[in-house]
Amino acid sequence: MILLALIGVLVLGGFAAWFSERWSRLLPRWVAISTLVAEIPPLILQYMASGHTILPAGLPSAWFADVYGAWIPRFGIGFHLAMDGLSFLLVALTVLLGFMAISSSWTEIKQRQGFFFFNLLTCLAGTVGVFLAVDLFLFFFFWELMIIPMYFLISIWGHEQRTHAAIKFVIFTQVSSLLLLLGIVVLVLIHHNDSGDYSFDYFDLLNTICDPDVAFWLMLGFFIAFTVKLPAVPFHTWLPDAHTQAPTGGSVILAGVMLKTGAYGLLRFVIPLFPEAAHQFAPIAMTLGAISILYAAMMAYAQSDLKRLIAYTSISHMGFILLGIFSWNFIALQGSVITLLAHGISASALFMIAGALQERLHTREMSRMGGLWSSLPRLAALALFFAVASLGLPGLGNFIGEFLVLQGAFSVNGLLTSVAALVLILAPVYALNMIQKTFYGPSQQDSSLSDINRYESVSLALLVLIATWLGLSPQTVLNVSAPALKQAMHYAVGMER
Amino acid sequence: MNSSELIALTPIIILSGTAIVVMLSIAIQRDFLLTSSIAAGGIFITLLALYSAWGKSPTQATLLMRIDAYASFYMMLLLAAGLAVLGFCYDYFKNREGENEELLLLLLTALLGGSVLVSSSHFASFFIGLEMLSISLFVLISYSLNQATSLEAAIKYLVLSGVSSAFLLLGIALIYAQCGELYFSSIGRYFTSHQEMNAMVLSGTILIITGLSFKLSLIPFHLWTPDVYEGAPAPITAFIATVSKGAVFVLLLRYFISTTSYTHTPLLTVLSVIAGLSILGGNMLALLQNNVKRLLAYSSIAHIGYLLVAFIAGSSVAPQLAVEAVTFYLVAYFITTIGAFGVVSILSTPKTEADDISCYRGLFWERPWLAAIFTLMLLSLAGIPLTAGFIGKFYIFTSAAEGRLWGLLLAIIIGSGLGLFYYLRIIVAMSMNVDTTEIKPIKLSQDWFSTATLTVLTMLLVWLGIYPNFLINVIQSISHGFVE
Repeated sequence: MILLALIGVLVLGGFAAWFSERWSRLLPRWVAISTLVAEIPPLILQYMASGHTILPAGLPSAWFADVYGAWIPRFGIGFHLAMDGLSFLLVALTVLLGFMAISSSWTEIKQRQGFFFFNLLTCLAGTVGVFLAVDLFLFFFFWELMIIPMYFLISIWGHEQRTHAAIKFVIFTQVSSLLLLLGIVVLVLIHHNDSGDYSFDYFDLLNTICDPDVAFWLMLGFFIAFTVKLPAVPFHTWLPDAHTQAPTGGSVILAGVMLKTGAYGLLRFVIPLFPEAAHQFAPIAMTLGAISILYAAMMAYAQSDLKRLIAYTSISHMGFILLGIFSWNFIALQGSVITLLAHGISASALFMIAGALQERLHTREMSRMGGLWSSLPRLAALALFFAVASLGLPGLGNFIGEFLVLQGAFSVNGLLTSVAALVLILAPVYALNMIQKTFYGPSQQDSSLSDINRYESVSLALLVLIATWLGLSPQTVLNVSAPALKQAMHYAVGMER
Repeated sequence: MNSSELIALTPIIILSGTAIVVMLSIAIQRDFLLTSSIAAGGIFITLLALYSAWGKSPTQATLLMRIDAYASFYMMLLLAAGLAVLGFCYDYFKNREGENEELLLLLLTALLGGSVLVSSSHFASFFIGLEMLSISLFVLISYSLNQATSLEAAIKYLVLSGVSSAFLLLGIALIYAQCGELYFSSIGRYFTSHQEMNAMVLSGTILIITGLSFKLSLIPFHLWTPDVYEGAPAPITAFIATVSKGAVFVLLLRYFISTTSYTHTPLLTVLSVIAGLSILGGNMLALLQNNVKRLLAYSSIAHIGYLLVAFIAGSSVAPQLAVEAVTFYLVAYFITTIGAFGVVSILSTPKTEADDISCYRGLFWERPWLAAIFTLMLLSLAGIPLTAGFIGKFYIFTSAAEGRLWGLLLAIIIGSGLGLFYYLRIIVAMSMNVDTTEIKPIKLSQDWFSTATLTVLTMLLVWLGIYPNFLINVIQSISHGFVE
């Protein structure tokens, strides 16, 4: 029931935020904040209860909780939610970044706040649903549902090229998700032919035996849908546009949470459902991952638009995740999970900083910045912190993630991993270049800029703490995700070599 | 004809009776509200009669009509659609100068034609139903007589309808020449006893498909569609897009299943080509439109193409699944299309149709509810979850995947991608910021009937999108009764 509450609270809060605009223009943001505060107790309760809850028979103990209700019995579709360590971490990340998105929209969004926070919260609800659904139809339902509010966020409150970016975003994700739907339907039909029952349930479909050729095509359908969202080269072109044009809150959600749904899909569905096909495909997927890492790092260096630069660094980090997941050994998977969390935090923080700069300077062009350290010392220090976090400085979360991924992937494919490791040179180049162009050098702006306010400082300081904690004590998080990942590896025996 | 047959035909008799009463009441007293109420009441009583007869065993009322659950369900759907269109028509025409009352008479006769069509089991009733529907539509399209575009549309529709009827009659004649039968089941028996390919039957069926494709506006028989959609008054456009197309499609499905025409594989190739062309062509042509009615016209071509995919799948999957998929998709399509044109009709008057995309700029901030409803309708057309259109699209995917129609599935995926682009264009226009100083033609009158209808449609759309079980169960009972 708590799982249902996690989604329900966000949806209700979204509607409440929308309608509260009638009474006061400033009320929606308070409603939004309180909605997210209301998310915390169920999440903690659920975590405390793990290990004590009674699970349905046959469900491995890696799962914390399970909710089931019949939905469309005609096709064996159930409203089936379940949570394990992996989904717990990602839901927690979603809630945390929800706060960041709201705090960065606090003063930025001036028009139609009610509808803005409605979209923000329903987008979060869709994402939480994606992380919790273990019925493939329900998963797809949420998968599609989170796109539409994000579309509105970009197309109504975005920057100058917003319409173009929003439509590109929807079409990329929508067309690829139809491939996913097709894959799901065919998998269910195969299961139906074998067993005589329709079922969209993850746990039923895990044991479906497909013809290797069919399995390969199905796996490809799933893979494309998830790598478009991830994104990885060559499906990444929507991302720089969408991130650049979205309002800061939208960018935070996109980079921090929505990209993670792609990685989650690969980890949860693609490999456990089609282990043999994934094994066969792994070299290609890992190559795509390595290409993404290097290509996006080089593209990031070439950008003059600050948000575009950060967007490309996201693609580069997501390449690590792709590499780690398709290496499919325990260390690399743990590395991917840490990268998911650490990147969520560092990328969101960088987008918040870029948003704060744009709010003050009305530009994202780095050539028109420069020398801002003197006028915005606090913001500059925080930017430096997250830039070095993003380049993988030891002691911070991103380093742990990248290190584990590289270590795990090396034993699988040494050559690719070595090539991918070249990014350790490229990342400092783009990250420090960004800091150099924006905050150092001669000042180009008058010094009347106001440094960040209390809200911004508090939320960014919180992210600093978490990033440091992830870097210094990653074992806490690793312990949470370990049973879930072991279970996933158990499901996908055929993937191991 | 015995009494049980007469009882089975009661709904059709009530509907005909209503048409006569409406005609007489116009002769006695011209009053738009009164006539509308009589027409709406008649439709409502017919619906009640259909509802009370629900679940009875199928009756063959003479050779011409077969009143089974399939026919009753679709009659209800058509009548409900008629009722919704009537609501929009009232608000649309109420402030117009001149005689509006005959409009209702024509709506009733068109509905009667549609009802005959969905229950016909014989070429004679099929043809009578189709003509009754088409002839009423000619006049309905040109009802705003002072509009040149309406007249042009009506004449186009008249000519092409005539041509398509000619194709249809020739096709029927060829099949009759070969089988000596006009009754569907007898034709089916002939087909099963003569397995070998027969050029006469094949060309006859292809001619029938051609004739019906005109009515369904499938590519390459679609040329009339955008002009007629644009020229006709908005509520009537909704009527053409749903009742006329739906009834014809339902008949086509019944014809194919009861005559076992699915066994003629060359037909499936022809149908697949038509479906693929309609999906891709319809969506691509819609990309270029700036006129919302034309855009929806092209999108309806694509939607009938999607339906045809489920129809084709009926050859290789269990026919129950095909009937289910077609029925669910049609219901979703009816709700969505009537809703979308309903929004257009609320914004339009007989003098000025709100069909340019610029009319919708900033609608979100001026009339948020209307814009939200239009957005939901468009998202349903695009097949996004939370709406009935998504479940419909899921059904099409399932039946097509079960039938292994990979090429057509690819066409659907590409088509949906294109479709999303032009639906989003309208949504973008609605969410644009506009200066409040900009002068806009504002309709002063309150449209209570349209508002109520739209609200019901929206609730249905979301209800079926979230919890489609009820409808699925009803449809399953139909499809099992229909295909033994």
